[in-house]
Amino acid sequence: MYVYDDYDQRLINERVAQFQDQMNRYLDGKIPEEEFLPLRLQNGIYVQRYAPMLRIAVPYGMMNSQQLRKMAEIARDYDRGYAHFSTRQNLQYNWPKLEECPEILAELATVQMHAVQTSGNCIRNTTTDEYAGVIAEELVDPRPYCEIIRQWSTFHPEFAFLPRKFKIAVNAVEDADRAATRMHDVGIQIVRNEAGELGYRVYAGGGLGRTPILSSVVREFLPEEDLLTYLDAIIRVYNQFGRRDNKYKARIKILVKALGVERFSELVEAEWEHLKDGDGKLPSEELERIKSHFTEPDYLALEADPATYTDALASDKAFARWVERNVRTHKKSGYAVATFALKQKGTAPGDVTDSQIFAFADLADKYSFGEARSTHQQNLVLADVEQAKLYELWQEAKVLGLATPTLGLLTDMICCPGGDFCALANAKSLPIAEALQNAFDDLDYLHDLGEIDLNISGCMNACGHHHIGNIGILGVDKKGEEFYQVSLGGASGADAAVGKILGPSFARNRMTDIIRIILDVYVAQRINGENFIETFRRVGMDPFKTAAYPAKESSAKATAK
Amino acid sequence: MTQIILDKKIATDDWNLVADDMALTAAKEVINFSRWAAAIGVEKEALITKRDAGTLGIQLNAGDTADLLADECQDFALINVEFPKFADGRGYSAARLLRERYGFTGQLRSVGDVLFDQLFYMMRCGFNAMAMRADQDLDLAVKGFETFSAPYQADVNDKRPLFRRRN
Repeated sequence: MYVYDDYDQRLINERVAQFQDQMNRYLDGKIPEEEFLPLRLQNGIYVQRYAPMLRIAVPYGMMNSQQLRKMAEIARDYDRGYAHFSTRQNLQYNWPKLEECPEILAELATVQMHAVQTSGNCIRNTTTDEYAGVIAEELVDPRPYCEIIRQWSTFHPEFAFLPRKFKIAVNAVEDADRAATRMHDVGIQIVRNEAGELGYRVYAGGGLGRTPILSSVVREFLPEEDLLTYLDAIIRVYNQFGRRDNKYKARIKILVKALGVERFSELVEAEWEHLKDGDGKLPSEELERIKSHFTEPDYLALEADPATYTDALASDKAFARWVERNVRTHKKSGYAVATFALKQKGTAPGDVTDSQIFAFADLADKYSFGEARSTHQQNLVLADVEQAKLYELWQEAKVLGLATPTLGLLTDMICCPGGDFCALANAKSLPIAEALQNAFDDLDYLHDLGEIDLNISGCMNACGHHHIGNIGILGVDKKGEEFYQVSLGGASGADAAVGKILGPSFARNRMTDIIRIILDVYVAQRINGENFIETFRRVGMDPFKTAAYPAKESSAKATAK
Repeated sequence: MTQIILDKKIATDDWNLVADDMALTAAKEVINFSRWAAAIGVEKEALITKRDAGTLGIQLNAGDTADLLADECQDFALINVEFPKFADGRGYSAARLLRERYGFTGQLRSVGDVLFDQLFYMMRCGFNAMAMRADQDLDLAVKGFETFSAPYQADVNDKRPLFRRRN
């Protein structure tokens, strides 16, 4: 992974000093609350329902074991012994003291980490596929491009006060999209053109929130060296012409929609004409320099599927089940990619304790060259595990409570912190997740249901990505009471789609029943091993609607309106 | 007289912003871009004469993009770019475009909600003058230009991104 040089380290150290000074001035009353807000946001601090929340950047989800240990120490020493992985691969602390945040950032700087631009109306952490670099089907490793974007976006002088937040995701797999690229303000799909040259298909204008929109293609092929000048052009257009009068209409998706993607692209291309041959063009030496940080670890020459591994698969059903769900093929023979679900019963999705993080760091050292990743689905990955050691690893992970064999299944849900923590939420989301985890804990049933993305957000801001869940749940406020709206048919992969609303929302105590009804309809309707989204796309909303709102009830509701 | 920051030092402001309905004098005066754009006939000629004498400045207000002035910017001694709110970042793009695309070499000044923690970015985008909000501490402010020693990006002062400066 990328290792800081003196320049990178100095910038992060200077950032800590800058924020310490800003904090001091704020605590001295020299910066009013309103003006401190964007400063703290750009250092990852939200002021939440009970305490500030600090969001640490995990650039494109990569962490080494030293960084993991530092994250664990901070959870132990400055928080309440746990932390939370977000859907954008970042790590959040829910209980730090505001005045201690600069100190935490100083701690992070010692392991080349920071909270730069993890919040606020600026360019956020760039995300990508959690399997980057280790799967055969990717075109190239997307991480060097993410790092190039990270450096370019860090303290960009022109784009620190955009109309609204700005998120970029990079994907290098043609037929899968684990980074939800098209739900981002800018999506970069790495492609080759007909001449075999490397470049990007550039999308803009995607996003969730109140107005979920899939992004549109701005440029079919952008040469590799033009990445940054093109991003400059897109964001310069957005910075000048994006709406600033209404924060709900300020994302780039609204601008792209208002202008139409053709007109938007014309503006970007016209701007880019001025920039493309300037010093912002990436020299091949810089591309090589960054790529050289993402070379392969010292893989051993191993045979695929060694006997120790296949024997364990044959003799231990629980292990076999975990492998089936949570382990995927590595590009190197004899290696595997293992995912550890942070979806234990009784804890919020994405939550980990300090001792789990410490232990996971040890697992990374022991089994995966000291590196780990966080995922869009709020899980953790060890990407370079020898197949022969998977059984041993699984046993250790089981003791830590990290070996739930449910990756991609119903209970591997995405969930925002919701009304339990977040000041913006209309409703709690965690109790819904917990109720569902308790109600659907039969592994045979979960495996029979197969792959289902269930995503829960506590409000319109859609941090739980409910729009792109096959089943989406959105907390809404109805005259002070918490209700939940259900949507179906969303998807986040290469066939991304925004879900459609099932109908009127439900009270919290009905949610488990409603999900069960939806699942029953799927099970009754599915044919030929279809998964949930395939069945939904074939049969449409009606059978689900009919089951969820029996005639009597819906006519009663209709008259009540 | 009002104090401003000019070339990283505290200086006395010798320019006045003149309201749209007020007559101009021979002093150094700034008018809103909209007044300049709307002027015709003798009124425009008078403005041009004043501009060529180096005593007319133009203020781009919120929503006025740099391309409205374009190359014409070079004829003015001073351009103000208004920041209606500190969180409104349009002025950063306006400044870069004036400097980098349209070749403005005169005094480029940020006005309005200009606060200490924006100064470093403003300097990098080409502002060499800042008329800070009245409550800001100018003695502190002149230290705001040292925040980062070697930023990643190109800017108006050094058009090489760090990847062209790294050893």
